[in-house]
Amino acid sequence: MTSSTLAIQPPEPITGSTAVFFRVRRESLMIMAGTGLTVLYLLYTFISFDLWHLISRSQPQRAVMLATDAVAHKVHVTKNIRGAGGLSIAVEGERTATYETPPGWVTVSDDMSRVDLGRGYQVDIYDTHVVFQIPDIGPVHVRITDAGIETTLPRGVDPPDWLRATPAKFDARPTIGRRVQVSKARIEVHRYFMGWENFFFPFRSELAGYSPGQLFSLAFSDHRLDPDMANWRLMATTFWNNPGWQHKQVFVALLETFLMAVLGTITAALVGLPLAVLAAANFTPAQALRFAVRRLFDFLRGIDMLIWSLIFIRAFGLGPLTGALAIAFTDTGSLGKLFSEALEGVNRKQMEGVHATGANRLQFYRFGVIPQIIPVFVSQTLYYLEANVRSATIIGALGAGGIGLMLVEAMNTQRHWENVFYLILLTISLVMVMDTVSGKLRSRLIHGRSGT
Amino acid sequence: MSLHAIQTEIMAMEKKRRLYSMAGIVLVAAVLISGYGMANDLNSGGFLTGMKQFFDYPAEIVKEAWATGFSFFPLMGRFVPALVETLNIAGAASIVGGALAVVLAFLGSANLGVKPPVVVTIVRRIMDIMRAFPELIIALFLIFILGSSPVPAMIAVAIHTAGALGKLFSEVNENADADPVEGLASCGATWLQRMRYGVLPQVLPNYLSYFMLRFEINVRASAILGFVGAGGIGMELRRTIGWGKGAGDETAALFVLLILSIFVIDQLSSFIRRRLVTGRDSE
Repeated sequence: MTSSTLAIQPPEPITGSTAVFFRVRRESLMIMAGTGLTVLYLLYTFISFDLWHLISRSQPQRAVMLATDAVAHKVHVTKNIRGAGGLSIAVEGERTATYETPPGWVTVSDDMSRVDLGRGYQVDIYDTHVVFQIPDIGPVHVRITDAGIETTLPRGVDPPDWLRATPAKFDARPTIGRRVQVSKARIEVHRYFMGWENFFFPFRSELAGYSPGQLFSLAFSDHRLDPDMANWRLMATTFWNNPGWQHKQVFVALLETFLMAVLGTITAALVGLPLAVLAAANFTPAQALRFAVRRLFDFLRGIDMLIWSLIFIRAFGLGPLTGALAIAFTDTGSLGKLFSEALEGVNRKQMEGVHATGANRLQFYRFGVIPQIIPVFVSQTLYYLEANVRSATIIGALGAGGIGLMLVEAMNTQRHWENVFYLILLTISLVMVMDTVSGKLRSRLIHGRSGT
Repeated sequence: MSLHAIQTEIMAMEKKRRLYSMAGIVLVAAVLISGYGMANDLNSGGFLTGMKQFFDYPAEIVKEAWATGFSFFPLMGRFVPALVETLNIAGAASIVGGALAVVLAFLGSANLGVKPPVVVTIVRRIMDIMRAFPELIIALFLIFILGSSPVPAMIAVAIHTAGALGKLFSEVNENADADPVEGLASCGATWLQRMRYGVLPQVLPNYLSYFMLRFEINVRASAILGFVGAGGIGMELRRTIGWGKGAGDETAALFVLLILSIFVIDQLSSFIRRRLVTGRDSE
């Protein structure tokens, strides 16, 4: 639907006070009835969606967790009670990111380890006994005995709501960045730090500990860390192959999503245009052919992108080709329909003028028709391209691959929320960049070269 | 300027324009060829093998559906509740999003005298952001917090709808005739009254027309979001497809149901839109 067909029409003047009264009365009744029905329908949907039950079993702490993890990372200090009783300190509890020597805020001695959580919070870990120093409250003693976990608060202190102490488990989180858990199997202390851990280089890499300034001078120094390659290349490959953040895979996934949208849209536009000529009444006199092509457009559009994607995923497997073809099939229908409407609105005079010069069929289209529909063609194609970047993420999530699938998988594993957040940021940036570029191009191509 | 000079200038401009067009065509062709090559390499199944298998899956579904015979129709009936759920997601999202869009559109129109004019700019930016957020991300995030349910999809679709319809509605508002508004202002009407009696009756038919178009889009979006865990027909599809062989008749029933409902809504919405645009009471 183009905007010209939706131009506002002035209402016909109504004369006579009774007629006006009747009309206003009827209209206000209709509006009231419409509003009432809408509200009733919304009530019905909310009841059928079981909204109250949903709110009661929602888990807002997950949002807090995602938000915290998105901007911070935690370091686990873990002591296993059974088996080897040593203390291990690891970023996010990953075995591959275990500290060889304890960081400055953890002191390990033979019979006791002290974890400093900052701002007066401090945890002393003895063999099976933990003392958690909390400002304004005092020391909380937790003992692991055969009967279970015994928690002793200082005299006269009521247990705060951030502390849960049962015989099975002790769990205290006085602030969002400090947590102590004790069970019969292990003692675990979490301390949060701002920022994403190991975003550039993996924990084990020799590049991990450097500051940005050091890295900069290292990149151009002749002293090679790896004798096989220059330092800047080492940095690039280490970054590119970082196993935690998977920069390479993420980049490929983004490229796949982008390819799906671009290839699908351009193919749909290029296939849709000649078909649209066959569907336009002023170019194709044969009614049967016109009817057939129009029904083909309806068919392609009506099957819907969801079903096309599922069929193509079955036939072509995971990858951008699958998504591109699913988009191309659906949008050949949508764009073909739009183009045929545009073709039916072209001016005959320009076509007749070109025809009168003795132009052949190709020249007739090239100079008589195409210049007239090129603005509609380009602007609608760009418009669909924008929408298809979003569609491509969804098709990807259905199983075609790309950033959509990566996002769904990262969310399903329910770990590494910083990765999820990173992927969300990248997806939104891709969509926004495409929106901006296509918006710029559209205004440039339609309103003249300078752009407005 | 002599005729000759004008002619050379026009020819030069024409030459430049053709050069741009040629460059554009070459660029598009290059993108297509290299893109399809790259896509084919990245894909797990190649184009040629895929082409051979393309009809296998539809054929398998049709065969299984055919073998079901007349019990195919009761099978379709069994999935009607799922379809209703998808339609409800789309309906509720369109209404909630549409209502929000009306508010945003009135605050985001430059010609309606919204008091500090900076509000117009801010509201427009808000609408841009709402439009830019992919529904998938909002839906996945809310599913994670609220659990598998239609509500996350509804909220996700509603947010996108508010942004998209808000922009279209504000464009309609900016085309509205200013005379009724001025007339009302001269009678001492407040801003709300001017909008209610001066602008809304003019723009309502166009609002409804855009609303129907959006509802159609939202039905498709809700079906697709069901596949990532939002309930409705998409969820059923994921279940039957996930089982692999054996559920072809159910998949076929779901496909037919979805295609039929999209077709009916498509026809209904274009019928209503034609009526709205050509005048409400005239046939």
